[in-house]
Amino acid sequence: MYAQLVETGAQRVRGTDELEGQERVFQERIDAGVKIEPKDWMPEGYRKTLVRQISQHAHSEIVGQLPEGNWITRAPTLKRKAILLAKVQDEAGHGLYLYSAAETLGVSRDALIAQLHAGKAKYSSIFNYPTLTWADIGAIGWLVDGSAIINQIPLCRCSYGPYARAMVRVCKEESFHQRQGYDLLLALCNGTPEQKAMAQDALNRWWWPALMMFGPSDADSVNSAQSTQWGIKLFSNDALRQKMVDQTVPQAEYLGLTIPDPDLKWNEERGHYDFGAIDWDEFFNVIKGNGPCNRERLATRVQAYEDGEWFREGLNAHADKQAARGAAAA
Amino acid sequence: MSQTDAAQKLAYALRFGDTALVLSHRLSEWCGKGPALEEDMALANTALDLLGQARHWLTYAGELEAQGRDEDALAYHRNDREFFNLLLVEQPNGNYADSMVRQFYFDAWHALALRRLLASNDAQMAAIAEKALKEVSYHLRRSSDLVVRLGDGSERSHAMMQAAADALWAYTGEMFMGDAVDADAAAQGYGFDPASLRAPWLDYVREVFDEATLTLPNPDAWMHQGGKQGRHGEALSYLLGEMQVLQRSYPGAQW
Amino acid sequence: MKKEWPLWEIFIRSQHGLAHKHVGSLHAPDAEMAVNNARDVYTRRNEGVSIWVVRSADIVASSPDDKEPLFEPSNSKVYRHPTFFPMPEAVKHI
Repeated sequence: MYAQLVETGAQRVRGTDELEGQERVFQERIDAGVKIEPKDWMPEGYRKTLVRQISQHAHSEIVGQLPEGNWITRAPTLKRKAILLAKVQDEAGHGLYLYSAAETLGVSRDALIAQLHAGKAKYSSIFNYPTLTWADIGAIGWLVDGSAIINQIPLCRCSYGPYARAMVRVCKEESFHQRQGYDLLLALCNGTPEQKAMAQDALNRWWWPALMMFGPSDADSVNSAQSTQWGIKLFSNDALRQKMVDQTVPQAEYLGLTIPDPDLKWNEERGHYDFGAIDWDEFFNVIKGNGPCNRERLATRVQAYEDGEWFREGLNAHADKQAARGAAAA
Repeated sequence: MSQTDAAQKLAYALRFGDTALVLSHRLSEWCGKGPALEEDMALANTALDLLGQARHWLTYAGELEAQGRDEDALAYHRNDREFFNLLLVEQPNGNYADSMVRQFYFDAWHALALRRLLASNDAQMAAIAEKALKEVSYHLRRSSDLVVRLGDGSERSHAMMQAAADALWAYTGEMFMGDAVDADAAAQGYGFDPASLRAPWLDYVREVFDEATLTLPNPDAWMHQGGKQGRHGEALSYLLGEMQVLQRSYPGAQW
Repeated sequence: MKKEWPLWEIFIRSQHGLAHKHVGSLHAPDAEMAVNNARDVYTRRNEGVSIWVVRSADIVASSPDDKEPLFEPSNSKVYRHPTFFPMPEAVKHI
């Protein structure tokens, strides 16, 4: 997902009855569905895990501006251009909300960004793939934002108040993102054979990376179990992925597009679609920095930040001068 | 309305539409690469406003032309020699100081121009101007504010803003140079004489530069012109090549 | 690391006559820019007609440790709520 493979530091998950003192009170609050707020006592592991998860999520939004931003200047109609620009701007907003949520945990945005730029913090694997055609913009909205929504709706109920509230805002704004992607593809699929081929090609390239977004199976992961107990992970990676496949297959059929998976078929018994094996080697390679665009994405972010330093400093300098003038006049 | 009159008015509407479209394009190039998240979002808002204005202008231009061309036909199927935007707005983004000064010079003119169009005897033009002016008043407030802050900021930000102010100055004169199209607009009462905006524009820019501790370049310096007549710099053709690639590559396709 | 723009808490009053509501935070070099940034960040969908900004560092919050002494006492004053007083069915408009 936007936060993948989040480390919790846990070796083994201890049940509520094994906990003592503040930690037990803390866990009982979570078990009772009471939100944790910034000034509340929290275990250091919970705080650190949240910082990792929320900042990864924020980094993903910011880096995620780039593949879509790549097509703003080439959007084929002025209406599509306006929609895409508004959408990519929303992603910046989502990054901002999420960084703010992380900042309530006592870490500054600059510090988080520094970790991203140093290659120490991750962001979602999906944004390391290139947007080669206009149809890719549709595929991202439909598949990537679609997957994000599946992941983020439960997070609106997560245990940490500021994160949950940021997610509520993000989900509200994001509801149009998936639809605009589908609408874009619908136009292509109702268009010329070339346009439809463009849509199919985009689905072929984005389908598997979109399924990888949910991360490898975490049925046996201590980190996931710990995050679940802490109420910051509400469904397993596999459950979320299955939900995405189940809801997407009929949508692809409506478009008249073929999902690039020969093993995909409805399983009457399970009441779900079965699907083929995911190439996790590819996923881990992308995570390690070997995706087609890792280097470029990070370099673009670093460059934007460094080029902007004089601007941020200049505005600080002016604010300081104004404050000094105000003090002198008083 | 005679054929020539219609052609003049069409050219007049296209100047506003093309100027808004090209500047919106330039601003959208910053999307995702701004100097701070908050600034990235603010600039995208300006780009969206201008894009919306361009759509109104081009739609109206299509109606004036009465050849069945809509906003997209006009945006995507004209060559650079058929674009009538101001030279100022097609200037490449440069660094963020360049982009901000370009914005400030333009906003200061744009607000004055739209205010004059409120009195246009063409109801459609007056309506577009009225809607746009609300947006542009905010653009101008924001760009003026940034010019003051960055001019009167750090030594470095001051130097960068001064360099941008000097470099772009020669593209400001065109905003005040009239031609036959402008003369017709003023005479018919749907437009105004651009030369009449020069004094208030200079006063405003001087006032903001004073507060920003920036030096106003020489008002009588030599100025470029030609954009309004379709004679552009080399950059515009590349900009349009990028903007129009899909429409041109797949003729007749619906998107 | 260079000095970061300070953090501001943003409150927006919607068109519906409700009080200003906390909507989130952002960074800005000073109060005036915080208002501008809030406009561009938090009112993109017609959310508001008035903006308040407060430097995050200036917010004084109650301590979670005081939760019991601060908030428990009001729990026992059920008579402050109208539902405490059942009214006869026949009595209207009250």
